[in-house]
Amino acid sequence: MAFRRHEADVSVALLEPPNAAASVDPMPAETRELDPASRTWLDDLRADGARRDAAVARLHAVLLKAARFEIARRRGAFPHLRGNDLDDLALQSADDALVAVLARLDEFRGLSQFTTWAYKFALYEAGAKIRKRAWQGREIPLDQPSWERFAAASSPQAGVEEAELLAALGESLDALTPHQRRVFTALALNEVPIDVLAERLETSRGALYKTLHDARARLRAQLAERGFEIEGRGE
Amino acid sequence: MSDDVKNLLGQRGDDIGCDGCFDELDRYVELELAGADADTAIPGMRTHLESCTVCRDEHDSLLVLAAGGR
Repeated sequence: MAFRRHEADVSVALLEPPNAAASVDPMPAETRELDPASRTWLDDLRADGARRDAAVARLHAVLLKAARFEIARRRGAFPHLRGNDLDDLALQSADDALVAVLARLDEFRGLSQFTTWAYKFALYEAGAKIRKRAWQGREIPLDQPSWERFAAASSPQAGVEEAELLAALGESLDALTPHQRRVFTALALNEVPIDVLAERLETSRGALYKTLHDARARLRAQLAERGFEIEGRGE
Repeated sequence: MSDDVKNLLGQRGDDIGCDGCFDELDRYVELELAGADADTAIPGMRTHLESCTVCRDEHDSLLVLAAGGR
């Protein structure tokens, strides 16, 4: 069964607060034993003249590869974007990622290979850019929840049960603050990408996620009080 | 319960958040590729990846790219 109602004596699972502070290793790369390739990257990027220029060009090529990979991977979700647009996005992503990597070079802790660390900046930029381009000019649905996709995905039996859960969830939205409700509606119900919403609301992805996390916790508690047991992904 | 409905409510438990996820993502992926217990090494990451679609996409892509360099 996809979900079931609690018996009256079943306790509600406590929700843990988000751990906002990442576990940062205070040891800088200079005191850590780097793999030879990462050491070479750092030395070359901190050198002067032609040696540094060549390293920057190599780094840009690495970042462009990652950006193109990410955009190719996501382009199926955005069929209206054309090939030239996508290549421009990849190049812009690599350019911005290069600036970010060079600005944060001292933050590289040597806990991964340098290229793995650098790739994530390109993936971040490319993913954000393709999502923002896809939503460019579109209205962000903040106040009107969309429930249609849930009905379509259910089997007949699960459909009845999920309909009950979704009805309870819809009523539980009233327990959220206005900001939580708008963020949950946009991100969870209407599938607005978090970086698109962050840009429109002039806030950060991290701040929005904290709001979403708190909203989900409150909704889970509301649903548990009504006797619904919510499974996680993969359960 | 369909995955769409599970995704609505995310995962219970400690959650490292989007900023923490970005900071740790490269280390997490390399621990995974090495067959180490990445979830114990970086608590809150798995919960986050199962609750945040954008970070999950970045993780999945980084895993492929990092694996390609080995």
